[in-house]
Amino acid sequence: MTATTTVSLEAHLNERIADGRKVLLPYVTAGITDDWVDLVEAVIDAGADAVEIGIPFSDPAMDGTTIQEASVVALDRGMAPAQALDELRGREYGVPLIAMTYYNLVYRYGHERFAADAVEAGVRATILPDLPMEQAGDWATAAAEHGIENILLAAPVTNDDRLAQIVERTEGFVYVVSTMGTTGERSDVDDAASVLARRVKAAGDRPAIVGFGISGPETAVAASRESDGVIVASALMRKVLNGESVEQAASFVGEMRAALDAAYPAN
Amino acid sequence: MALSEHPIADTFPEAASPTHMGLPDAAGFFGEFGGRFVGEPLIGACQELEEAFIDAWADPEFRNEFIDVLRDYGGRPSPLTECENLSQDLGLRLLLKREDLNHTGSHKINNVIGQALLAKRMGKTRLIAETGAGQHGVATATAAALLGMSCTVYMGEVDMERQALNVFRMRLMGAEVIPAMSGSRTLKDAVNEAMRAWVAEVTDTHYCLGSVMGPHPYPWMVRTFHEIIGTEARQQVEALTGGLPDVAVACVGGGSNAAGLFAGFADDETVRLIGAEPAGGAAAGRGVPAIVHGMKAYFMQDEVGQILEAESISAGLDYPGLGPEHSHLALNKRAEYYPVTDEQVLDSFQLLSRREGIIPALESAHAIAWVVQEKEQLAGKTVLVNLSGRGDKDVRQVQEILDVQNNTVNGAPK
Repeated sequence: MTATTTVSLEAHLNERIADGRKVLLPYVTAGITDDWVDLVEAVIDAGADAVEIGIPFSDPAMDGTTIQEASVVALDRGMAPAQALDELRGREYGVPLIAMTYYNLVYRYGHERFAADAVEAGVRATILPDLPMEQAGDWATAAAEHGIENILLAAPVTNDDRLAQIVERTEGFVYVVSTMGTTGERSDVDDAASVLARRVKAAGDRPAIVGFGISGPETAVAASRESDGVIVASALMRKVLNGESVEQAASFVGEMRAALDAAYPAN
Repeated sequence: MALSEHPIADTFPEAASPTHMGLPDAAGFFGEFGGRFVGEPLIGACQELEEAFIDAWADPEFRNEFIDVLRDYGGRPSPLTECENLSQDLGLRLLLKREDLNHTGSHKINNVIGQALLAKRMGKTRLIAETGAGQHGVATATAAALLGMSCTVYMGEVDMERQALNVFRMRLMGAEVIPAMSGSRTLKDAVNEAMRAWVAEVTDTHYCLGSVMGPHPYPWMVRTFHEIIGTEARQQVEALTGGLPDVAVACVGGGSNAAGLFAGFADDETVRLIGAEPAGGAAAGRGVPAIVHGMKAYFMQDEVGQILEAESISAGLDYPGLGPEHSHLALNKRAEYYPVTDEQVLDSFQLLSRREGIIPALESAHAIAWVVQEKEQLAGKTVLVNLSGRGDKDVRQVQEILDVQNNTVNGAPK
C-alpha cells in the first residue's frame, strides 16, 4: 500500500481513477462513538479510498439533520479539534484522511498549528464548506506548507466563470454538491449532480467527487456515472446513530464498494 | 456590477472608516469584520442580492416607494418623546425615539419593508425569516401579507413557548411558523434553520434576515434600511434642543436598531454611541472574533471556537454574536458596548411604565437600564434612547416573573 506521508490526496486519487476505479469516500464524525477511530480503519478495510473525518462544530449550517445530530452527540461526549487529531495519531491508515469541519475551528486553532497537528494525524486535505474561494487564501497557504490540500466545493448554481476558478484553485478534488439542499440521505441523486460533474470535468482535469444525498449502493452507482466517485456521509452516520456496530457500518461501505466495482470494472 | 462601477455610485456614502459608518469594502468587510463566509450554494444568491440592492438603492423610484410605504403603512416618522418625569428623577434630559409606535410595534418594519420590496423587484415569490422574540417574524409576515408573498418563519422552540402570541400573530397573517428544534432552540438555531432552507429553495425565495448580521450584503443592507431611525432622530433632536444629544443609546442583540440609530450620529464625534447588551449574551470585547452565520464578528465562544448559547430574559437579544459593523465600531472604540443584567432590565421595564406610561419591549428596556445605571456620569446631559419596541408582547412573561418575585397575584398582594 502507498505510504500516505509522501503522496498527496490528489495524486493518490488520480492513481486509482486512472485504473478505472470509482473512488468511495466515507465520512465519520470524530467522537460519535468511543470506537470511532476503529470505524475509520474498518471503512478503509471495506474499500474506502480516503476517509473524511468530521470535526464536530456547534453550528453546522451546511449540514442536514443527521450530521447535525452526529455533531451534537460527539460534542456532548466532549470531542474537540485537538482531541480528534490526537486520537487519530499513531495509526497507519494506508489512505489519506480529509478533515471536514467549519472554518471557525481552524481559525481559532490557528492555521499553522492546525496544519501541523493535522498532518501528524494522517490528514492530507481539508474541506471547509463555509470558507469560499475568495477567503481561502490564508488557510490554503498555511496548509500547503505542511503538504495539506484544500478542497473547494462547486454547486449546481455556480456559474461557468466561477467554476473555472474553483477547478483551478481547488486541490485534491472538486467536491460536487449534488443538490441545492444540505447534506442528507435521499432516494435519488439530483440530475443536477450529473450535469455539474460533467461541467467540472470539462473545466479541467481535477477529480470530481459527488457528495450530498448518497444513500446507498444504488445512488452511489448513479452518481458515479459522470463523476469520479462519491462521498457517503449522512447514510453512514445514520447507521451509527441507530446503534449499528463498527462491523455493520463497515459492511454498508463494503456493499457500496462492491456495487461500484461491479458497475465500473477496473481497467 | 461592483458598487464602485455603478453609474450612480455617488449616491452612496463613502467607504467605512474606523469612526465612520459607510460602505463595506468589495468583499463585504468593515475593517476586519464581516465578509461572506457561506457555502458555495449560497455565493450566487448573495451576489445576486448585493447587485439587486445596489441597483435598487440607487433607483429614486425604489427609494420613494420605500419611504412612501414606511410613511403611509408603517406610520413614519416615529415621534421623539421628551420624558419629563424620568428626566427629573435621573437628573438628565431623556429623549426617546419612539420606534415602538411603528406598525407591528418595533423598528423591525423598516428592514422588512425594504427587503420585501427588494425581493419583489428581484422576482422572488416567497420570504423566509428567522425570529427570536417574534418581532422580526411578525414584521416579515406583515410585509408578506401586504405584498402578496408567501412566508415561512423559523423560530426556536423555546422562543415559540415564550412568545406564543407572536406565533399566533404570524399565523393570523398567513405565515407558516416552523420550530427550530436543534441546539439551544433559540435565535441562533433559527438562523441555522433559515440558512438551510434558503440553500434548498434559493431560486424563488428571499431570506429576509432580521438583523445587521449574516453574509455580505446583509449587515450593510439591513443597516441602510434602518438608517431612517438615526436620520429622523438627528433632525428631531436638533429641532427640539437646538443641538445634538451627548449620548445615543440602543439595545444590541445582533444590533439592527442600534445600527440604524448610530448611523445618524457616527460622524459627530461629540456624540457618544452606547450599545446595551444582555449580560448573558455580551459578545463585544471578547478577544477573538469568530466566523459563523456567514460573517466574521465578535461572538461568545469557548476556547476551541464552539459558539456558546446566549441567555437573556429577552428573546430578541438572545443572540451570541454582535454584527460585524458593531464589532468594527467596538474595536475602534467609536461605539461602546456594556452589559446590563436581567434584574436591571426588569426594574427599567417597570420604571418606564410607571413614570412615563410607556411599556417598553424587554429588549429596549436594556437601553433604559444602562442610562439608569450611569445616571451620575450622565448628569445634566442630553441622552437619546432608541425605544426600539413596545412591551405588549412581554407583559405576560413579566407578570409571571414579578408575581413569583413579589409574592403577588396579577400584580396585587395575595
